[in-house]
Amino acid sequence: MSRGVRVLETIDLACWRGERAVFAGLDLRVRPGGATLLLGQNGAGKSSLLRVLAGLLPAAAGRITWQGQDVREDPAAHARRLRYLGHLDALKPALTVRENLAFHAALTGGAVEPALAALGLSALAELPGRMLSAGQRRRLALARLALAPAAIWLLDEPTLGLDAASVERLGALLAAHRAQGGLVIAATHLPLPLPGAEEFRL
Amino acid sequence: MTAFLAVLGRELRLALRHPADALAAVLFFLLVSALFPFGVGPAPETLARLAPGALLAASLLAALLPLDRLWGAEAEDGSLDLLLLSGLHPALIALAKATGHWLTTGLPLILATPLAAAMLNLPTEAWGVAMLALGLASLILSLLGTAGAALTLGARRGGVLLPLLVLPLAIPAVIFGAAAIEATTTDSSARPMLLLLGALAALALPLAPVAAGAALRGE
Repeated sequence: MSRGVRVLETIDLACWRGERAVFAGLDLRVRPGGATLLLGQNGAGKSSLLRVLAGLLPAAAGRITWQGQDVREDPAAHARRLRYLGHLDALKPALTVRENLAFHAALTGGAVEPALAALGLSALAELPGRMLSAGQRRRLALARLALAPAAIWLLDEPTLGLDAASVERLGALLAAHRAQGGLVIAATHLPLPLPGAEEFRL
Repeated sequence: MTAFLAVLGRELRLALRHPADALAAVLFFLLVSALFPFGVGPAPETLARLAPGALLAASLLAALLPLDRLWGAEAEDGSLDLLLLSGLHPALIALAKATGHWLTTGLPLILATPLAAAMLNLPTEAWGVAMLALGLASLILSLLGTAGAALTLGARRGGVLLPLLVLPLAIPAVIFGAAAIEATTTDSSARPMLLLLGALAALALPLAPVAAGAALRGE
């Protein structure tokens, strides 16, 4: 139906952790430029859904399609078209801010300095990761989004620990991403700068 | 290729920032080698007789030390998720990690071999072969260990499970490695034994990373 259109769709998706169903029969549809906010209490399965969408957790049932095609047909291509921001910051304390980001730039492509500037981290570039505050660590993780364009952003509590100025910077990144036809799925308990986002309750 | 080199480069850079980890493995190796003379007595012939096996066993145990953090650290800080999403095949991620482990643990062990060999009264003409044998044996252990560490990732008491899983598989490396060193001390050729060690390494080189990659994907 949506073959060829840059739409991410889940059909009757289910996820099990051990003996417990986290969610089942989940139908979600995100259009190009669209944004979906995953809402729900703790343990509702927001993070699990993001991990299933990223291909990090297997789905117990159902399908995830991109442009009408099942993403399991080519997991490597799916991995390349998405950016996943988990609740962990994937930061090595022994490496400097610039080295941390340069490693991800080598994996995904993109330029380091503009990405650092986009999150206001240029002045901290030479600091080792262990010196960063929680909010600064989060900004470094968010800087990965600014490296190279990707169609799908999966964000797990992206604004956790961020100050107002940084939330504004994230808002600019999100707006630019959506203006290029990128789509966003974010799980959050905090207000996010995502105007016109659809809410999806788990 | 860029991604492979990036993973390997980060591994080396992290090891240089934390030299204590590699140093701990070398010191462990030297201390275990130093314990043998105390245990079996300082008689030079007895020690030289024990030296090949003791060197191999001590070096493999030392090389095991950093393995249980190999994937554990990546999983705990969220880096593993991003590595798996990097588009680099999981087997190549494992190969980069195994190479990093060998360069940061196996290589220092080779450099420390003459010192340990001297403490065990190994004749100096056998030191070259001992370094070669330890180099190959530690390479085999790095490869097997990377797969073992990927399999035990997330398991309770994975640190205990890992040696139980990896050391039995490393027995052939101990046999051929020790036989190579012993051949030099008895004036026969070490070449066939070293070639067998090389064959084992050549076998582990493609198989262990593939196994590790499959284990990581199943996490």
